[in-house]
Amino acid sequence: MSESKSIQTIENEIVEEFGLFDSWDDKYEYIIDLGKKLPPLDEQYKKDENKVRGCQSTVWLVADYKDGKIFYKAESDAVIVKGLISMLIRVLSGHTAEEIIQTRLDFIQQIGMTTHLAQTRSNGLLSMVKQMKNFALAYKLKNAAAAKS
Amino acid sequence: MIDTVIKSNNIDVYAIRKQFPILKRQVKGKQLIYLDNAATSQKPQSVIDALVNYYSYYNANIHRGIHTLAEEATAAFEATRDAVRQFIGAASREEIIFTRGTTEGINLVASTWGRQNIKSGDEIIISTMEHHSNIVPWQVLCEEKGALLKVIPVNDEGELLLDEYAKLLNPKTKLVSIVHVSNVLGTVNPVKKMIDMAHRAGAVVLVDGAQSTVHLDIDVQDMDCDFFAFSSHKLYGPTGTGVLYGKKNLLETMPVFQGGGEMIKEVSFEKTWYNDLPYKYEAGTPNIADTIAFKTALDFIKDTGKEKIRKHEEALLGYATTQLEQLPGLKIVGNAKEKVSVISFVIDNIHPQDIGILLDNRGIAVRTGHHCAQPLMNRFCIPGTTRASFAVYNTKEEIDELIIGLEKTIKMLA
Repeated sequence: MSESKSIQTIENEIVEEFGLFDSWDDKYEYIIDLGKKLPPLDEQYKKDENKVRGCQSTVWLVADYKDGKIFYKAESDAVIVKGLISMLIRVLSGHTAEEIIQTRLDFIQQIGMTTHLAQTRSNGLLSMVKQMKNFALAYKLKNAAAAKS
Repeated sequence: MIDTVIKSNNIDVYAIRKQFPILKRQVKGKQLIYLDNAATSQKPQSVIDALVNYYSYYNANIHRGIHTLAEEATAAFEATRDAVRQFIGAASREEIIFTRGTTEGINLVASTWGRQNIKSGDEIIISTMEHHSNIVPWQVLCEEKGALLKVIPVNDEGELLLDEYAKLLNPKTKLVSIVHVSNVLGTVNPVKKMIDMAHRAGAVVLVDGAQSTVHLDIDVQDMDCDFFAFSSHKLYGPTGTGVLYGKKNLLETMPVFQGGGEMIKEVSFEKTWYNDLPYKYEAGTPNIADTIAFKTALDFIKDTGKEKIRKHEEALLGYATTQLEQLPGLKIVGNAKEKVSVISFVIDNIHPQDIGILLDNRGIAVRTGHHCAQPLMNRFCIPGTTRASFAVYNTKEEIDELIIGLEKTIKMLA
């Protein structure tokens, strides 16, 4: 399972998968498919405090901490964003706070999604990555404080 | 069908397209199809040349210098003022204030006339279909003064309810600030009638002409509005410059907006004597280059013929409406009887953002989202729309490509 794989390994896998597509249509079809398959977030989490502010679509993001690792759950009202969420969860979920903070998520650029999506304020992808890292940072700080006391 | 319309209009859209260099570019390996004209229009070569020419041959600060370059730049800058006066039918050039754009024009009125005239308990009327630019300045003013903001509702077709408007007007109404043409729905509001109603109630009227000026004939004297604000960049001109028209008697009595150079006659530490109109409201070095090039944009519209442009856009609107309505699950938002070439729509179970991304992937530029009109989105209970807006250089073939793109998009997202 992905738990044993490093973030880098998963990123490489995604880059490899995207290498199989000839056209942007194919890439988007794949992302849309991932979006459709993303398990829906329980209604109780769909509240304002879990919203990641993007300009156009709404993203809800929550994190669980278990055995020193962080697990994310998220959903959006737009399906392409859901597909991107799905990939981010696949890459980051189940790793330690330190690993998540350190990672540069180069795969986003390598699969061409930076130019297509991440540069404008019209989607929450950048804010989503930031929020995922914030969760990791908060967890790390909380742990450090607990260790001191 | 549309081709005959184009011919009978004597508008050669393919010749016009050649004047716009950007239309040759490719996006995502596809020919660009630019249908986001309500956000900003593309610029003809003549406008681009005017900018380059200014910086290449006569860049200078205006109004004060006595050297040749300053004189030439001043003459060109002031020539735009005369062209604008003529374009909107203002009585005098003193009534034409250059701003950064529509938003600054509205804020100028809110900060000067508004601060001077709005008191606690007064009422300001806007409408449900306002752009945030014509909501927020008045909210800020109302908060500061303890005044009330009243809102004219719209019907399901996207038209203002004039009966409700009549009920809102009362002696406490000091200002009506309404959009001429909705940037989301394309609705043309009956501003002349609404201005008359407001004047009878003793209120001053500002018209937000950001979307209307490029499509409709504007005659501010016939309309009888007290203020009229618009931007150059939606009229094939450069960004960063725009116009606030105001009736002279109002502009003369209003306090100044910003202090600085240009807007003064004489300054001492005890007192400043302000400059005459229109310079009183133009503090600092203005956007000289873009304002000069704006005249070239107005010339482009004049030379092409506003009536011909309007007929062409009307034909595109009609064709696009018919074609869009045939797509499964698509609903047009805004079906006013009087409309310009702006179409907003939603498609069942598909988020506008997904549509925007997939159309962009085919080289088609549309706008998706709330279009800076969130209260209007709430009125129609939608998170946003996809909006296609047409200009003089758009063609029937481009609309066909939009339809093909949408069919494909629906298939991919279904």
